Amino acid sequence: MIFDWNVVTYAAPLLAHGVVMTLQVSAVAAVLALMIGIAAGLASLSSSRVLRGVIRVYVEFVRGTPLLIQIFLVFFALPVLGVRFSEFWAGVVALAFNAGAYIAEVVRGTVGAVEKGQSEAAMSIGMTRHGALIWVLLPQAWRPMIPALTNDLITLTKNSSLLSVISVYELTRAGQAIIATHFAPFEIYLLLALYYWALISALAWASRRIERALPQW
Amino acid sequence: MNLLEARGITKRFGARTVLDGVDLLVRERETVVIIGASGSGKTTLLRCLNRLETPDAGSTRIADVTLGQRSDGRAADERELARQRTLFGFVFQRFNLFPHLTALRNVALGPRRVLGVTPREAERRAAVELTRLGLADHLHKRPSQLSGGQQQRVAIARALAMDPRVMLFDEPTSALDPELVQEVLDAMRQLASEGMTMVVVTHEMRFARHAADRVLFMADGRIVEEGPPAGLFSAPRDARLQRFLRHLEPAS
Repeated sequence: MIFDWNVVTYAAPLLAHGVVMTLQVSAVAAVLALMIGIAAGLASLSSSRVLRGVIRVYVEFVRGTPLLIQIFLVFFALPVLGVRFSEFWAGVVALAFNAGAYIAEVVRGTVGAVEKGQSEAAMSIGMTRHGALIWVLLPQAWRPMIPALTNDLITLTKNSSLLSVISVYELTRAGQAIIATHFAPFEIYLLLALYYWALISALAWASRRIERALPQW
Repeated sequence: MNLLEARGITKRFGARTVLDGVDLLVRERETVVIIGASGSGKTTLLRCLNRLETPDAGSTRIADVTLGQRSDGRAADERELARQRTLFGFVFQRFNLFPHLTALRNVALGPRRVLGVTPREAERRAAVELTRLGLADHLHKRPSQLSGGQQQRVAIARALAMDPRVMLFDEPTSALDPELVQEVLDAMRQLASEGMTMVVVTHEMRFARHAADRVLFMADGRIVEEGPPAGLFSAPRDARLQRFLRHLEPAS
């Protein structure tokens, strides 16, 4: 076989559009996922049995079903109930809903692992369990949380390629469109892999920087 | 007039009865020291007083408030109980300072987040307490930058900043290097002389002798002997207390 450099030079700038969309959908989903995940993680450590139960069901559902089905549920099933999203927002919601559950487990694990004496000290100065979680335990958990959070955000970014099936014009979809017209699957898929790899590497680098910048004691 | 009245405090861990119906009455401005072998229930008693541990039976009244109960007699919710807990200051054996905060922030956190005073006022109050405990030069250091004795004094300041009625000390010098014990005991003695009501669990018999108004000896989850330190140390009646004191002699 002959490696077709022409199609590569043709595709590279076109794929850049896809990169921008991948970044956009992943970034918005990541912010939403972090908000959902931190809130749900803290809720699963709260003293409310009902709240803990709700979060349990949420996490079990996300872990127990394929992301592709979750995407279809948001994009095809919710409209039946009258909740309609554009492709972009359906993608964002599905990715955030999915990653939020994994992040909740990370938050529950790291915040819950802060030494017991810390919550006792917080209670001894009159804090409720919720106050202790927010003002004493969570701030101590940020740094140990970063590596696992990074994993989840990397997974989220890679998972965004699945949004090609609901025609979000992100990196994978952009690649498939070129393949359809030029029939160069080898070159294009290789190029896609390189693009994703570069994106993820940048993310991992940023995460290490953040981890180092966070205070240690 | 008793400021603190705990009655019938009982606590079981599984099949083991750690506290067996303990009564503890403390007058305002009194310093009560609790001694006893490890496992006798001293620490658990202290933790039951401010409800860090929930007793299986018994009640604690402090300044007209019954812990876990609202003024109308109904059960207090978590928020109410948390607020009642601030009537006590608690000093832990291992300090339990917040490692991510400076000394100043450690002390200011309670006033700021529990009492809801402004950040400025919280830090002003914290600086006053820390200065009182001789830590004016260490306001902006993190706990890891302080010696054990300094950390324990920050912990005392943190408790005092909530303006408690009674201070509870759980073996406050047991985790300290010997040369750092005295500065903490001095701080506690100063606090006692300023009129703070204190209940102190400790193995420091010299502190018990010189700072206590009353000493309680615990064994097997009960208070088996109590009295002013002079009498209790020179003429112990209970055989377990005699044995306990004899074991300490060589050390002191």
